[in-house]
Amino acid sequence: MSGQSPEVDTAKINTAVAQATPTAPADDTPLLRVEGVSKKFGDFRAVDRLSLDIKAGEFFALLGPSGCGKTTLLRMLAGFETPDEGRILLGGRDIAPVLPHERPVNMMFQNYALFPHLSVRDNIAFGLKRAGMARAAIDTRVGEMVALVKLDGLEKRRPDQLSGGQKQRVALARSLARRPKVLLLDEPLAALDKKLRESTQLELMELQRRLGMTFIVVTHDQEEAMTMANRIGVMDAGRLEQVASPRDLYEAPASRWVAQFVGDVNLFDGEVSSREHHQLTIATRDGGAIMVAEPHDPVGETVVSVAIRPEKVKLLRRGPELDAGNAQAINQLEGVVTDVSYLGGSTVYKVKLDSGAVVRSSIANTARLDIDTLSAGQRVIAWFAPDDCVVLER
Amino acid sequence: MMARRVGRMSPFNITALALGMAFLYLPIVILVIYSFNASRLVTVWGGWSLRWYHEFLNDRAMLDAAWMSLRVAAVSATIATLLGTLAAVGLVRGERFRGRTLFSGMLYAPLVMPEVISGLSLLLLFVALNAERGFWTVTIAHTTLTMCFVTVVVQSRLASLDRSLEEAAMDLGCDPVQAFVRVTLPLILPAIAAGWMLAFTLSLDDVVIASFTTGPGSATLPIRIYSEVRLGVKPEINAICTMVIALIAVLIVIASLASKLSGARGESAAPL
Repeated sequence: MSGQSPEVDTAKINTAVAQATPTAPADDTPLLRVEGVSKKFGDFRAVDRLSLDIKAGEFFALLGPSGCGKTTLLRMLAGFETPDEGRILLGGRDIAPVLPHERPVNMMFQNYALFPHLSVRDNIAFGLKRAGMARAAIDTRVGEMVALVKLDGLEKRRPDQLSGGQKQRVALARSLARRPKVLLLDEPLAALDKKLRESTQLELMELQRRLGMTFIVVTHDQEEAMTMANRIGVMDAGRLEQVASPRDLYEAPASRWVAQFVGDVNLFDGEVSSREHHQLTIATRDGGAIMVAEPHDPVGETVVSVAIRPEKVKLLRRGPELDAGNAQAINQLEGVVTDVSYLGGSTVYKVKLDSGAVVRSSIANTARLDIDTLSAGQRVIAWFAPDDCVVLER
Repeated sequence: MMARRVGRMSPFNITALALGMAFLYLPIVILVIYSFNASRLVTVWGGWSLRWYHEFLNDRAMLDAAWMSLRVAAVSATIATLLGTLAAVGLVRGERFRGRTLFSGMLYAPLVMPEVISGLSLLLLFVALNAERGFWTVTIAHTTLTMCFVTVVVQSRLASLDRSLEEAAMDLGCDPVQAFVRVTLPLILPAIAAGWMLAFTLSLDDVVIASFTTGPGSATLPIRIYSEVRLGVKPEINAICTMVIALIAVLIVIASLASKLSGARGESAAPL
């Protein structure tokens, strides 16, 4: 992936954009266009010739491990960092040289950055006062914002008299008050506990839909990105690995790296040995011959990996149960259950294949009383359908 | 709460504490008590009296010196606070300029420089410039002495301030100057006030540098006291010293309260 030229990356991103937004508005110019932007800190390339289009009204997530450059990219959009090369176009205008206070973009900071010496009301009104809004209009707008984020009755409090969730709401209201064209959110929920995070995710989505505003959120939490965003850009080492809808990202990862980063996956390395009737046979080291459906884009290389998600791997006891005529059950791998992890909604089984490799299978616990569960030490057949496999270039 | 904590202290701790406090404060306590002495002899107790305070308030030369000291302290502390705050902002918030380490090192040199050397070098400078020695030479000398203390206090406060607060201000429509005035300045104000009070008390205390840089007819209070004591200690000196101690104690308490207040308030709003 990292060896590819930037032109190829851009092309891939553009097709991904086209695929992911079938209901794109008639006006095809993106609200925000990032063109070949790079940012270096010393010798370290935090963002590396990155291109990206974001349409008006999108909820876009930048997802990646820490240090992948996602926050640097966000800070360039806000104006706190200047790109070393490339352009950032907002509504067709290059905003790279525009200072932060002159951009129609607002940011919600990871640590909220509430002004400790100002009340909740004055925090929210801060940006409006700078914009020279009339006092009465400011009062109305602050009232709207307070109602929007459900902070009624707390207007006079100082930030240090608020809980974490309340601070998060003040920060959100403050960044929304100026009605920016684009709202940037830097790990907006990272400081909240799990329950609060989940409910706040839904509130953010609801808010974004109601306001019709463009949100760009940076997160390292894939569940958060999947829940909230229409489209996700996965970043690694300063580059976009893939831009796609949550579903495509999970079901059609563009690379080994993405497949492993997003969700859990079983990978088999091998070579294409034959192709017929839209099916490829791949000779793998650990899983023998695996049949997969031929992808739409023909596989260029012969050295590939087969990726299969754990919930698509089914387990059966050895025996007559398996219907030999079931075309979907072509891929069968024999092994022994070594580990059973009960997770509530599902159970994850680790199966050690006869080749020595380990395959994970996740099975939904659809019934409360399941007497027929598998236990460690049992011999099983792990099987999966050719359609559920993804072929990835190595 | 307090009582329980004291109750748990071991006899050794109590002894150590008592000895330490006695070592530090016994001379001052004796001085304060003797300032209320009715006797003309410094070492003989003659009963309680406010006589020496009264004496001081009628001593024209002493009052002039006290007024001089207060003026020098106020003006030099104000200039030192302005310059010291600017230096702190430059050091903490400025871009990493070449020679930054050298600059900050040089800024702190007066902290460790023997006062005799500072005083002498300033005297040589004023003589070379042919400046008439008096109020302004002492004030300038005290400004150079106290500026670094202000810088240290303000710098530590600034360094602990979350940088994203200024970024948030800029994001919400402030240019860099407005961001500083509307967000940073209110948050470091307690530290600036503490720095001013520190500079004020340092200037009020100083004998060495003042004696090098002052001229005829513009003695500060410490210089005046020093020259009087050389002729023999009058009980009036005790009264003056008690009043100076009281003033300085009040300022120090206010300064430490201010810096505590600033520490409690300015932290980043989120638990990081």
